[in-house]
Amino acid sequence: MDRSVPGRTGAFLAESDVPKQELPPKEELRKDLKLPEVSEGDVVRYFTNLSQMNFSVDTNYYPLGSCTMKYNPKINDELASLEGFAHIHPLEQDWEVQGALELMYHLQSSLSQVVGLENASLSTMAGAQGELAGMLMIRAYHRANGDEQRKIVLVPDSAHGTNPASASMAGYQVVTVASDDMGNMDLNELKRLVSNEVAGLMLTLPNTLGLFDNNIHEICNTIHEYGGLVYGDGANMNALMGHTLMGPLGFDVLHLNLHKTFSTPHGGGGPGAGPILASARMAPFLPTPIVAKSHSGAYSLVSPQNSIGKLGGFHGNFGVLLRAYAYIRSMGSQGIREISSNAIINANYILCQLKDYYDLPYDRLCMHEVIISAKWQKPYGIRALDIAKRLIDHRIHPPTMYFPLTVDEALMIEPTETESKETIDHFIEVMREIAKEAVNDPQLLKEAPHYTPNTRLDEAKAARKPNLRWSGQ
Amino acid sequence: MNPVDRHYSSEHEWAKREVDGSVQIGITEFAQEQLGDIVFVELPSAGVGIAQMQKIGEVESVKSVSDIFSPISGQVIEANQSIIENPELVNQDPYGDGWLIRVLPSKLDQLDQLMSAGEYELFLNSLDH
Amino acid sequence: MTQDKPTFPYIPNTDKDREAMIQAIGAESVDHLLRDITGTVGDKLPSLLPRLSEMELQRDFRSLASKNRNVVQYPSFLGGGAYHHFIPAAVKAITGRGELATAYTPYQPEVSQGTLQIIYEFQSLVSQLMDMDVANAGMYDGSTAIAEAALMACRITGRTRIAVLNSLPPRHIEVLRTYTEAQGLEVYTVDSTSISIDDFTACLVTQTPNYFGYVEPMDKIERIVHSHNALLVISTDPIYLGMFESPGALGADIAVSEGQPLGIPLSFGGPYIGLFTCKTQFLRQMPGRIVGKTTDTHNRDGYVLTLQTREQHIRRERATSNICTSEALVGTAVVAYLACMGPKGLRSVAELTYQKSHYAAKQISDIPGYSLPLKGTFFQEFVVECPISPKEILSQLYTDNLIGGMDISDTVHNGMLVCVTEMNTRQEIDSLVESLSKITSQGKLQDEYSGPR
Repeated sequence: MDRSVPGRTGAFLAESDVPKQELPPKEELRKDLKLPEVSEGDVVRYFTNLSQMNFSVDTNYYPLGSCTMKYNPKINDELASLEGFAHIHPLEQDWEVQGALELMYHLQSSLSQVVGLENASLSTMAGAQGELAGMLMIRAYHRANGDEQRKIVLVPDSAHGTNPASASMAGYQVVTVASDDMGNMDLNELKRLVSNEVAGLMLTLPNTLGLFDNNIHEICNTIHEYGGLVYGDGANMNALMGHTLMGPLGFDVLHLNLHKTFSTPHGGGGPGAGPILASARMAPFLPTPIVAKSHSGAYSLVSPQNSIGKLGGFHGNFGVLLRAYAYIRSMGSQGIREISSNAIINANYILCQLKDYYDLPYDRLCMHEVIISAKWQKPYGIRALDIAKRLIDHRIHPPTMYFPLTVDEALMIEPTETESKETIDHFIEVMREIAKEAVNDPQLLKEAPHYTPNTRLDEAKAARKPNLRWSGQ
Repeated sequence: MNPVDRHYSSEHEWAKREVDGSVQIGITEFAQEQLGDIVFVELPSAGVGIAQMQKIGEVESVKSVSDIFSPISGQVIEANQSIIENPELVNQDPYGDGWLIRVLPSKLDQLDQLMSAGEYELFLNSLDH
Repeated sequence: MTQDKPTFPYIPNTDKDREAMIQAIGAESVDHLLRDITGTVGDKLPSLLPRLSEMELQRDFRSLASKNRNVVQYPSFLGGGAYHHFIPAAVKAITGRGELATAYTPYQPEVSQGTLQIIYEFQSLVSQLMDMDVANAGMYDGSTAIAEAALMACRITGRTRIAVLNSLPPRHIEVLRTYTEAQGLEVYTVDSTSISIDDFTACLVTQTPNYFGYVEPMDKIERIVHSHNALLVISTDPIYLGMFESPGALGADIAVSEGQPLGIPLSFGGPYIGLFTCKTQFLRQMPGRIVGKTTDTHNRDGYVLTLQTREQHIRRERATSNICTSEALVGTAVVAYLACMGPKGLRSVAELTYQKSHYAAKQISDIPGYSLPLKGTFFQEFVVECPISPKEILSQLYTDNLIGGMDISDTVHNGMLVCVTEMNTRQEIDSLVESLSKITSQGKLQDEYSGPR
């Protein structure tokens, strides 16, 4: 807005080719419209310069734990822009869009195959929305069985914030289950808390500590014994693809994050997609719509028998679904398994190379991500935040900080399978150097980052005196 | 050092009896330190009745939210308007200008159930932080 | 000749790299690292379709794409919540930049000033467009924006009933019900011709232009809603706002809209973005991400995510919403679009749309057997009462290589919702009129057709 100069414009349109129509009375019309008046060149230069202030997967190593910042293949973007995909209207008749429906159908089956749950709905537009759908499905299932007294959902203390938030939006009361010293769910605690008032358990596997819970069978059995259901947060699916199946492990319903595991671009905070996968008994409750195939081979959008309803205006984030499908086709079955193997090797390599420099909260092999803690650096006045900011000086995006909440001064590192050994070795070298700097020159860390257009920003001021929009003249 | 002229709760609040019989309530030095930069405080309005251990508001910092539990029962006389405008006062002067509310107590003996400054310090030491 | 192991795109490490790493870890093989998970359910690979090289992917996808009728090749008169509007080339060039598309949520502000400033611009432009005090970084789409607005109104007022005008698009009402039922909130519809709400109602949700394309009499509605101390939620259309009065001027407490018309391709329904704005006094109850302007240690301006204590990663089960990832890159496209178009450009789009839709409406209403049953001001869509069922008409239009309007015969007798935007030429409109004329009021078609079955 501050570059606006009256009279400039970026785009111009064709003149009207129809006879002039009478406009509505002036009182109904808008008198003032404040939008920037800039030339196209101004706009392009503005955005291009802004883009240079970002770290991204395309420009930097980005080991943001739990977010799976893997490389986003460019062919997927090219395919998404084909006219026959980008310019089809969601309300066209089914027979006018058979190609799109066929693609969605194949994506449904592919995702089902990958997780081992036979039914899918692609309509949920992010992981959190998938979680909400899952919680509403669990609620619908119990009510269909006349089971009205289940008011509680169990959630591990290490769960991502969207888990309890989604359970709450579905009308449930959230009860937290503690973890044990090995980072697994405390089985005794679980057994103490389970009852036939529990609608279900929300579980991330591997969990947010990057650890595969060895008691998974018993956990699921315990919940099922009491008539509850197990919801899977599939955010960490990058560790398991091709090696294990979630359905047979005991999960009844699960969501996937296509913008994490399936390579679709993160976009600075979306768009994503959070499709829902469900077992046979949960299938009737899936959100609307799903794609069905008739005997004659025709595809159509249908509503599951006892669907919880629509969670979005149309059919889901098709542009994102398309990219995920292209990715799956480019990897194939063997490739899917190679993804997780490599992700796990990369993470464990980092673990073993850093364990003499940083505290490891859990002394065991990890899955696709590793958590270290800044505990050893604390005596020097250094916190996880300072280490993270110093990484920026080396043009590496910091790992996830202070999550999960159960680990003090946590840094969660997820390299993904798309990083080479050289990149990882460089990261290890930098982390070792920072560990030394924490002892010898802590001020260097505390004042980091040094080379970015902005140094540390005053978040307290932003919250106390909110300035949320341009207000100049 | 926590001032000796008042009582303390296990929720890290203090309650100070005033000469006019009202009780002033705030959060402790420990609490404001734990919270970090406070950005917003939600307080009950004048006239509202409150009960001991009932949640009566929230203190928000940049990265966290904490509930405020009333250490005593009674009726709110006044909420500190200056901390609505300048929440940083709670960080800067938690025992003085950063007070939260003033209450007309319904059961004065509740104050005796709370800890003294010395007892509160022992309590702090017993927490693992 | 030795058999080559398959190489996988996007996995750079070779066997040699992996061996070196496994050795450093101190494991005998990768199986040792996987021992926790293998054997849990056997060793079978998921049965997926055969792997395709990039060349083959292109062929396969082009084939799939060709099986879809797209609105660039075929003139379209479909609206109903998603609209074919002009998208300047600069928009795609901008959102295609890897630095914007492959970054994630700006949790580290020092390395995300690009994304953060763009979101701040988005908030500014959206609030200006809607004439409201504050905007967030966007919701998933227009429907979920309405649902979250209603939930917000319930939180603010402490009430549990939600009123909706019956002239709201059905899909909005469906989504609203899905979002509210589980929390024990009650959604009830109100006749738009005779509005009455009670004192247990948190808000009235309105849409203007409504499902049928017509403008609602908002000043009357506003008075009634506020007299019950309920909140007024207005859902609207952003191109319409280029010409008509804003929700802010109409007294909205919360104003939302589908943002897709602002430079976002139709893309079979998504990704889109929900615009979400409200009055300053309700700011702390607003869901979604918010970016604020602040300063750094050298007193330079910068941007950060702010008021995060409303959100799930801090407040968890007591969050204003569970939303985390939303539609940031789509928001970037919206900013690029609004910056390119400017106030005059947006006004042009709106006026062209208005001109063409009114021309089309007149031409169609002149065809014997066709009429416009609804009265009032409309913008880009209007309802046509057809001589026979719209289903048959759409088949006819299909053979004439046109994408017809939306069949709404479940609400209006033989009703079809026809949409015309600045992208429809006069020639296209005249073709539509010609096609419709071929269908007489006796239901007999002038030409034989062979629609697909």
